[in-house]
Amino acid sequence: MQAEPLSMPESTLPPPILQVSGLHKWFGSLHVLRGIDFSVAAGERVAIIGGSGSGKSTFLRCLNFMEMPTAGRIALDGTPLGRAAAGRPDEVRYPEGELCQVRERVGMVFQQFNLFPHMTVLENAMEGLVTVKRMKKAEARERALRELDKVGLGGKTDVYPGRLSGGQQQRVAIARALAMEPEILLFDEPTSSLDPELVGEVLRVIRQLAEEGRTMLLVTHELGFAYHFATKVIFLADGVFHEVGTPDEVLKHPRQERTRAFLERFTEFSF
Amino acid sequence: MEYSFDFALVVETFPILMRGFLVTLQLWLPSLAIGLAAGFLLALARLARSRLLRGGSLVYIELFRDTPVLIQLIWFYYAFPILIGVQLSPFAAALLALALNTSAYGAEIFRGGIQSIARGQWEGAKALGMRHADVLRRIILPQVFKLMLPAFTNRAVEVAKMSSLASVLSVHELMYQGRLLSSTYYRPFEILTTVAVVYFVLIYPATFLSMTLERRMAGKG
Repeated sequence: MQAEPLSMPESTLPPPILQVSGLHKWFGSLHVLRGIDFSVAAGERVAIIGGSGSGKSTFLRCLNFMEMPTAGRIALDGTPLGRAAAGRPDEVRYPEGELCQVRERVGMVFQQFNLFPHMTVLENAMEGLVTVKRMKKAEARERALRELDKVGLGGKTDVYPGRLSGGQQQRVAIARALAMEPEILLFDEPTSSLDPELVGEVLRVIRQLAEEGRTMLLVTHELGFAYHFATKVIFLADGVFHEVGTPDEVLKHPRQERTRAFLERFTEFSF
Repeated sequence: MEYSFDFALVVETFPILMRGFLVTLQLWLPSLAIGLAAGFLLALARLARSRLLRGGSLVYIELFRDTPVLIQLIWFYYAFPILIGVQLSPFAAALLALALNTSAYGAEIFRGGIQSIARGQWEGAKALGMRHADVLRRIILPQVFKLMLPAFTNRAVEVAKMSSLASVLSVHELMYQGRLLSSTYYRPFEILTTVAVVYFVLIYPATFLSMTLERRMAGKG
């Protein structure tokens, strides 16, 4: 189950921000994640690929506790999160305040955007700043505007999300996450619910973030994008890391039969 | 069929009916306000993680929804002194019964409304680091309120009419005065027609206000 050693371009990596050990997730009798060890350091960009039902979204969602791990521990800056119940090391309790702190530092962009429909674009981007960071309205507004400008929606600030295209909505969602200045950004199939012609505008924004050196994890079916985006690619199958390596290793020269079979199904992508 | 509507009687008894009207108002608005506030807390209990809270609130809600209000009113007046040795005034007993009954229905309105909001809204907010209570306050309830308004209006109308049952406890509200007057003057037609008109005049503004609010909110979001 242990991921093979990574060959990173740099020989010295900064210490990991987020560390996962022995992660399992059960949904009732369904064993979705079957023991995952993983860590991500500042500046890394990880693309997670795999078939539907492989557990890739569940894995990502465990990292900011959108799903509660059934077993295993997650550590932020070396400090394990949650407290194990006395005598039952598998039963970890997570105080709400701790989860909120993690989520503040580990942002997420969803497949379905999850914008707040009763707030304008600007209010959406300000919400976390005002409610979570207790920032003054004026200051929050300034920062939200900056992020909206960055995703190319500076002109849509007073519009309600319902009036925007899917691509625009997703860019607002990215700006909303960015405004919190997270150390890690998680993207859960950010383009999967978009019409094909809108995929490009969202990927362009993500690429721009990559150029800034942001730490990101991306679950995606866009293998071509993953190739150019990632510093590391993980192929997840049956709830374990089946193959891990550089984009070149995993996507172009996969060693595992299973990875090869998966990639062959994507005939339309090109590097 | 020759029947002459006795308008003079209506004019003569009107001040007494107005006194009843005021008592009805005193029953209606507080029981509605208390009931809905308590209903909100009950709905939170219904949706809580604790099995005890969920079970307890469910029993409470079903008890009040599945028994006649008339019995609840009488019960609070007559059974309370026996059970806990506290004799409530007829008005207090009626107010309590109406408020508690409203809380049971209000809880179901809130619960249905909160549950109707897609899970993604909770996730979108929590992913920003928002606490449960903040998500509820900032994200869920503002969206739910619009959806719940028609149901709240229904409840308000129901409670206004239900308050007439307090007449069986001799609370001097509108219905009580109406029954008293109609048996005093043997003119139930005039008196009760007037009473019905007064109820209408009481309730209609509430529904009108609600419709206006609904229209105004429909334009947003």
